[in-house]
Amino acid sequence: MYTDKVMDHFSNPRNVGEIDDANGVGEVGNASCGDIMKIFLKVEDDIIKDVKFKTFGCGAAIATSSMVTEMAIGKTLDEAWKLSNEAVAEALDGLPSQKMHCSNLAADALHEAIKNYRENKA
Amino acid sequence: MRKIYMDYNATTPVRPEVLEAMLPFYTEHFGNPSSVHWAGRAVKGAIENAREQVATLINCSPAEIVFTSCGSEGDNFALKGTVDALKEKGNHIITTTVEHPAVLETCEYLEKQGCEVTYLPVDRDGMLDLQELEAAITDKTILISVMWANNETGNIFPIEEIGAIARKYKVRFHTDAVQVVGRIPVDMQKANVDLAVISGHKLGAPKGVGAIFVRRGTRMTQFMHGGHQERHRRAGTHNVAGIVGLGKACEIAQQTMELDAPRVRRLRDKLEKGIMEAIPEVKLNGHPDKRLPNTLNVSFAYIEGESILLNFDMKGIAASSGSACTSGSLEPSHVMCAMCVDIVLAHSSTRFSLGPDNTEEDVDYILQELPPIVQRLRDMSPLFNNDARMSCNQCRVVRRA
Repeated sequence: MYTDKVMDHFSNPRNVGEIDDANGVGEVGNASCGDIMKIFLKVEDDIIKDVKFKTFGCGAAIATSSMVTEMAIGKTLDEAWKLSNEAVAEALDGLPSQKMHCSNLAADALHEAIKNYRENKA
Repeated sequence: MRKIYMDYNATTPVRPEVLEAMLPFYTEHFGNPSSVHWAGRAVKGAIENAREQVATLINCSPAEIVFTSCGSEGDNFALKGTVDALKEKGNHIITTTVEHPAVLETCEYLEKQGCEVTYLPVDRDGMLDLQELEAAITDKTILISVMWANNETGNIFPIEEIGAIARKYKVRFHTDAVQVVGRIPVDMQKANVDLAVISGHKLGAPKGVGAIFVRRGTRMTQFMHGGHQERHRRAGTHNVAGIVGLGKACEIAQQTMELDAPRVRRLRDKLEKGIMEAIPEVKLNGHPDKRLPNTLNVSFAYIEGESILLNFDMKGIAASSGSACTSGSLEPSHVMCAMCVDIVLAHSSTRFSLGPDNTEEDVDYILQELPPIVQRLRDMSPLFNNDARMSCNQCRVVRRA
């Protein structure tokens, strides 16, 4: 049901954890639907120097979280802002259709973290 | 890689002796049992022999057994056939919030057709309040439908007591018995049930065959219209090999149950104890004692069921979960919700259902592999080491109550 890439990111997730001195944190999802994603950013000079995540959820939720951290690292905030849930799913060679809406939230979590960074800075 | 199957409540492998008994009915004994000639006659006897084998296991008359294609068909037949036959008498059905979808969805369909359905709640252990059941009976009640054992928790309901209540009020009583037949002794005479549903693939027969016990004198409308098979109760050419397989599986269960059940229970208890000892914050879902000997349902706090199952699968372990992702909907298992299990724990519910082929080594292997899997997922979870615990009233429970 999952692609090899999803299973790779699920079984060897990249960038798991928290950043102690994160300057942007975003969280999306809720317990009732079974997915909660939290993204931690370390931003310097408008560039994402480090990203980490913590996720409660299914295989797709964990894999998309892992993938979005890989895609965001090293990008400027404006570039990272343009990352979409669809692009994350595509980078994983697709997700089962029933997962596209419920568990494909990682880019949203990234956007929340960027928003949080910008609010902190303002 | 080692492969361990602990999902016997989902389905079971066909027993080798069952397959052996079936095979001739695909080739040399190919006849249609409804035919009068030699080819048909040879097969008709096999069907009646199977009917006797099923009847013996559940202690009823062979004439009270109707062969079907699966458990869902049996439940549909029991509910719709009763509503049709008794529509002059009333339109009220009493069932529970924890039934299999074969009963729940059929009840919802019947509500649309004008029936009224009471869905009895369960307590936190997943058990019914029989006083509540009795109080729900009205002069319009035509059917009580309560599963014998729950597929997710393994909880065994007090079928004899419910049968006594049904008799007292002269209400027909149906039970979905697919999880118990062949696993624990069941007796249609003691149980006072009028209708009981059996599914072949839960007890070592193939998929695609089942049976329903219809107590003599129970008026039902025909479920499948067509030929005269099954005394006009269920048309359709017999699934001869499947029926032979079901009969054989019942015969074997009769002989092996007494030894298998305690052995399986010992393994299940070892698994349960081992998990509880090795892993903190694990919740048992279901009643601690009034449970099938083979079923263990637990929730591991802070982590989600599908990701647990995928990790299990990578280690060759087959189990199941009540998480939304595995239930095919956006909500976790209706059984966990009906039991008011905290929503995160409901998403985490993991079922191990054992069978006669499981061994001590299987349990040891799971106990060795499970703790690091749980720890790894907890380390990844934003809920772990976090005080934001969910309470029961956040659970969008009792969807059907």
